[in-house]
Amino acid sequence: MSYRSNADLGGEDERRAIIQEPEGELFHAPWEARAMALTLALGATGLWNLDMSRAARETLVNYRDLSYYEIWLAALERLLSESGILKEHAAAPPRALRADRVAATLARGSPATRAPANPARFAVGHAVRTRAGQPAHHTRLPGYARGKIGTVTRVHGAHVFPDANARGLGECPQWLYTIEFDERELWGEGLPAQRSTISVDAWESYLEPA
Amino acid sequence: MRENDHAHDSAHERSAPGDLELRVRALETVLAEKGFVDPRALDALVDAYQTKIGPRNGARVVARAWCDPHFRGWLQRDATAAIASLGFSGRQGEHMVAVENSEVVHNLVVCTLCSCYPWPVLGLPPTWYKSAPYRARAVKDPRGVLCDFGLELPASTRIRIWDSTAEVRYLVVPRRPAGTENMSEIELAALVTRDSMIGTGSPRAPT
Repeated sequence: MSYRSNADLGGEDERRAIIQEPEGELFHAPWEARAMALTLALGATGLWNLDMSRAARETLVNYRDLSYYEIWLAALERLLSESGILKEHAAAPPRALRADRVAATLARGSPATRAPANPARFAVGHAVRTRAGQPAHHTRLPGYARGKIGTVTRVHGAHVFPDANARGLGECPQWLYTIEFDERELWGEGLPAQRSTISVDAWESYLEPA
Repeated sequence: MRENDHAHDSAHERSAPGDLELRVRALETVLAEKGFVDPRALDALVDAYQTKIGPRNGARVVARAWCDPHFRGWLQRDATAAIASLGFSGRQGEHMVAVENSEVVHNLVVCTLCSCYPWPVLGLPPTWYKSAPYRARAVKDPRGVLCDFGLELPASTRIRIWDSTAEVRYLVVPRRPAGTENMSEIELAALVTRDSMIGTGSPRAPT
């Protein structure tokens, strides 16, 4: 089964200007604040995980026609529908986020680090080649950084693996690395030089020795 | 909502603002009735990001790094712990990395795949950070993007772009403006803008 993310935008030909926004301008309508809060409150119930949320958003067929909070809202409706919890005789809620737990819940967050099962395969300075192609599921290797050669610049420890977690296959933690690419490796020689490097964070199974 | 419902939706015009208000209110009502959400928790979440968790937190981190060499070193080695020592931690900032600008290096943060952003220090991302133009262009045309923000870097400056593809979140530590040697940490924090901590701006000059 093929999988298509409509959210993988890096490097796309995009001519529209960036519209700046003053600090403190958070919401443009009251519903946006409520949609944000509903997304966070339901995320805290454990009905689904963050990677499932991202997969639900990026596969919305009209992703590119929606504002960001519309994307969140549509994905929330979709996750709720797929979970079946709004059906009349659905089971009682697992654990609703209470008002007096909000500050502590936000301050704690959900760390993604886990005990590694194996030693790290790569170290800082290693040259690596990223996996090519789109797998048939959610992934966090952007299209522009597939099949490219870069250098390991940081080793982050073992992190929850989104490709598995988004599919409900468990956390399957893997070593996570920062990989730095030269701009010419990603975009070729044709563009005017910007003197830039681009770094992504990549899980071990995205990488092979170069 | 099923896939084909979305296909159906996209064939028509986008939802009117009033429809969105109704959709969200309907969702909140049914979820509250079933006990999945506590409306007061929703109020508390909105309040947290409107009044407590925003870019003034990050500005304090940057100002401390400018004033305190020990803190600056800690921030480089273990940003998560250094930032937590000022009381900022948690959701969407569980694994922090601070990247420091210098005379020869400028850092720029983006999330090309969604909208990953360091919430404990910067709060909720601005609309442009989540928009297609920024996400598409930041990795490929950083100088063009910076130009949109009125920031022109010397041709010799190396630009390091950080695409937040995992749960690591990046905070840019901008350069301390000239002429601020006698300013207090609190005065310095007032110069640090949100955009300067994303990499799309500079701190304000002292007046």
